[in-house]
Amino acid sequence: MGSTLLSSRRIAHSILLALAVFLALGAGDDRRFDKLGHGLMCICGCNQVLLECNHVGCRDSDRMRNELTAALTSGSGSSDDTILQGFVQKYGMTVLAAPTTSGFNYVAWIIPFVALGLGIVFLVMVVRSWKSRPAPALADGIPSVHGSDLERFRQQARKETEL
Amino acid sequence: MPQTSSLALLGSFALLLALVLSAYCFLVGLIAILFPNRYSDVLGETARRAGIAVFGAVALASIVLVKAAFNDDFSIAYILHHSNRELPAAYKFAVLWSGQEGSLLFWSLLLATYALVLRLRHKTDTRLFAHASIVIAGVQVFFLLLLNIAAHPFATVTGTIPPDGNGLNPLLQYPEMVIHPPMLYLGYVGFTIPFAFALGALIMKYPGEKWIHITRRWTMVTWGFLTIGITLGAHWAYSVLGWGGYWGWDPVENASLLPWLTGTAFLHSVMMQEKRGMLKVWNMWLVFATFWLAILGTYLTRSGVLNSVHAFAQSGIGTWFKWFLPLTFAVFVGFFVKNRSHLRSEHKLESLVSRESSFVFNNVLFMVACFTVLWGTWFPLLSDFVQGTKVTVGPPFFNRVIIPIALLLLLLTAVGPLLAWRKTSIESLKRNFLWPASGSVFIGLLMVIFGVRPWEDSSYFYSTMAAILSVLVILTVASEFIRGGRVIARHTGQGMLWSMMHLGHRNTRRYGGYIVHFGIALVAIGILGSAFNQQKEQELAFGDKMTIGPYTLVCQSYTQEDNPNYASEWAILNVFRNGKQVTTMYPERRVYKASQQPQTMPRIYPTFTQDFVLLRDLYVIYAGVNPDTGHPIIKAHLNPLVPWIWIGLVVMILGTALAMVPNAAPVSVAVPVRVPVAAGAGD
Repeated sequence: MGSTLLSSRRIAHSILLALAVFLALGAGDDRRFDKLGHGLMCICGCNQVLLECNHVGCRDSDRMRNELTAALTSGSGSSDDTILQGFVQKYGMTVLAAPTTSGFNYVAWIIPFVALGLGIVFLVMVVRSWKSRPAPALADGIPSVHGSDLERFRQQARKETEL
Repeated sequence: MPQTSSLALLGSFALLLALVLSAYCFLVGLIAILFPNRYSDVLGETARRAGIAVFGAVALASIVLVKAAFNDDFSIAYILHHSNRELPAAYKFAVLWSGQEGSLLFWSLLLATYALVLRLRHKTDTRLFAHASIVIAGVQVFFLLLLNIAAHPFATVTGTIPPDGNGLNPLLQYPEMVIHPPMLYLGYVGFTIPFAFALGALIMKYPGEKWIHITRRWTMVTWGFLTIGITLGAHWAYSVLGWGGYWGWDPVENASLLPWLTGTAFLHSVMMQEKRGMLKVWNMWLVFATFWLAILGTYLTRSGVLNSVHAFAQSGIGTWFKWFLPLTFAVFVGFFVKNRSHLRSEHKLESLVSRESSFVFNNVLFMVACFTVLWGTWFPLLSDFVQGTKVTVGPPFFNRVIIPIALLLLLLTAVGPLLAWRKTSIESLKRNFLWPASGSVFIGLLMVIFGVRPWEDSSYFYSTMAAILSVLVILTVASEFIRGGRVIARHTGQGMLWSMMHLGHRNTRRYGGYIVHFGIALVAIGILGSAFNQQKEQELAFGDKMTIGPYTLVCQSYTQEDNPNYASEWAILNVFRNGKQVTTMYPERRVYKASQQPQTMPRIYPTFTQDFVLLRDLYVIYAGVNPDTGHPIIKAHLNPLVPWIWIGLVVMILGTALAMVPNAAPVSVAVPVRVPVAAGAGD
């Protein structure tokens, strides 16, 4: 009994300790670099996010990363948007890893949520139409069960099966 | 002439024969059905046998291509471009699916194999199988036309035959690449079979629900293969591509996800049709959409219409797909419009709080997820058309729009099993939901207590929500097993473990499904860890140290090796944690001789022995040498929870396998009955 308790406590301690170590990982100084670097694409043609370009000795990604570091450490207080704009001016729109939220590009962001909204409307309409559908007729001689009787049978079935 | 030409000739002949046999199977089978007379049965049987013979012809063509790779027959252009003399044997086998033409042949082979099984099992329902056989033959004719005309794998080299080939793409020279494409293709191709049954049933106005039972089983097998294929692809990307991630929302990755999403939706909604006679039209469309998206994915991968890391070389076969896709759509819509009256639902919905409603909501979410992936994949083309500028739609877009939908699906995965068919009382929902919900909220609170601030960053918010919902799924699955197991244990007097195992056997589909849900929750836990990834890059000379998380990497040495296939150099790094050496890692960089392409080979150390639950991967890449300093560059990633993704996959596969096992008979329990003693008994 005592050893079981001890091992349970040890497991609980391990979980909490591991959780603490794991959660502490989130704190990093270069989070902004990481965020912006993951918002840009490498232009070498690899079709990958800048910080994830895996080309051996890729000159483009090295240069772009240096440019990003320089922009972040220049001390001019540039905002994230300004830094990204600088990259767009130099490399074109395709350097951004996601569409902007202006002009036609905004459509890219809106449509999935419009689809979700329409889907939910569709769901409501379908469920309503099913609810209003007449109950199927039973064969002659089979008594139909409604209301409290039906609920009573269900309760009984649940009680007996515990399912 | 040398042996080389005879292989090309034999392969070409086999392909042509396969085309003729497929066309015969399609046309004669069609005639036998459309014009019934006293010869119809005989004609239909010859069509079936021709269909069986297609397998032999396509298998022969495939064997010949592999043989040509092993023989280093560089007179065949495909072998010249995808193999070389020093290529290891396993990869010579994989040459079959490593290029455009070979992989189309492989597609055709798998379709012929599935069709062979179907045609051999025709006695299950002769007429339905005959209809399905014709549909498959139609699809097979398309792929064989493609192989014989537009993408011939046995085309020969003109002019002088080079002494050695160009070699296999280095990215493909990895053991998983011998398994990943066949699994993915088994998934893609396999969706033709449910479609064939569905279209067959629609054409013949099939009475009853037998076709849907057959289709569900095929879909489950196919879905299982596609799931394995997609996850192996993710694991391959993680192990080989060397960027520390496993899913990049690349168009080709997205293409594989599309039929998976609709297939998953179908596996849920088909239960509505089987149990309640509802969603007949919807299911028909889902089966078609799954097949159609699998073909669309093939088109995306092969036409060069979208830029992708994984795409095959650009070619002209896109035009063929541009015709085939609308043709299949038109055929399906034509028969649907003609026979849709056959697909009327039989029941009404009794309550909003029911399993039926949850399935419809589940399907809506899967469809929205599918549409969103498709939308994001095609948006660059739309943007180019509208604005004249191609924008990039990469991971930041997909992560932001798909994650909320995925979280809703996770919530439904947790709640759905607690809802009964027809109607669920709020009391029973509360009773069943109470402790799983409490447990998951507790996990959320723990995360906040230990420093996660979901309100500070969207990635932390999503990861917290994913953790809460994943735990909710796990606890509801556990509660279902415990409740059912308790009932059986009480009736049989057996232990809980035995009872829960017996429960799984008694209703394999239901409990197999729950195990799949459990696997999904594990995968979600693995994915949520990405919010806490760390990465570091540093030049490491001999004896230099690099620290990431609790690990310190010390460079012990650099070394080189040369073999006939590639030259490699690698670092030897000792890894310490808390001052104690835990392992040695050997990240490598190769240059393949035939193609002269460099390739990094990351090394991954999963921390199974040190982290009890919160497993992590220490992921190290040897990125090359800095030309300015001459020092090697090491990139290190510490990726929390990633191993749970692969563990989750194994659980999902086990669940799928269980769901396909037939149900065991219920345990019979002897109940003592008082028998009145009749007068005179015992005399």
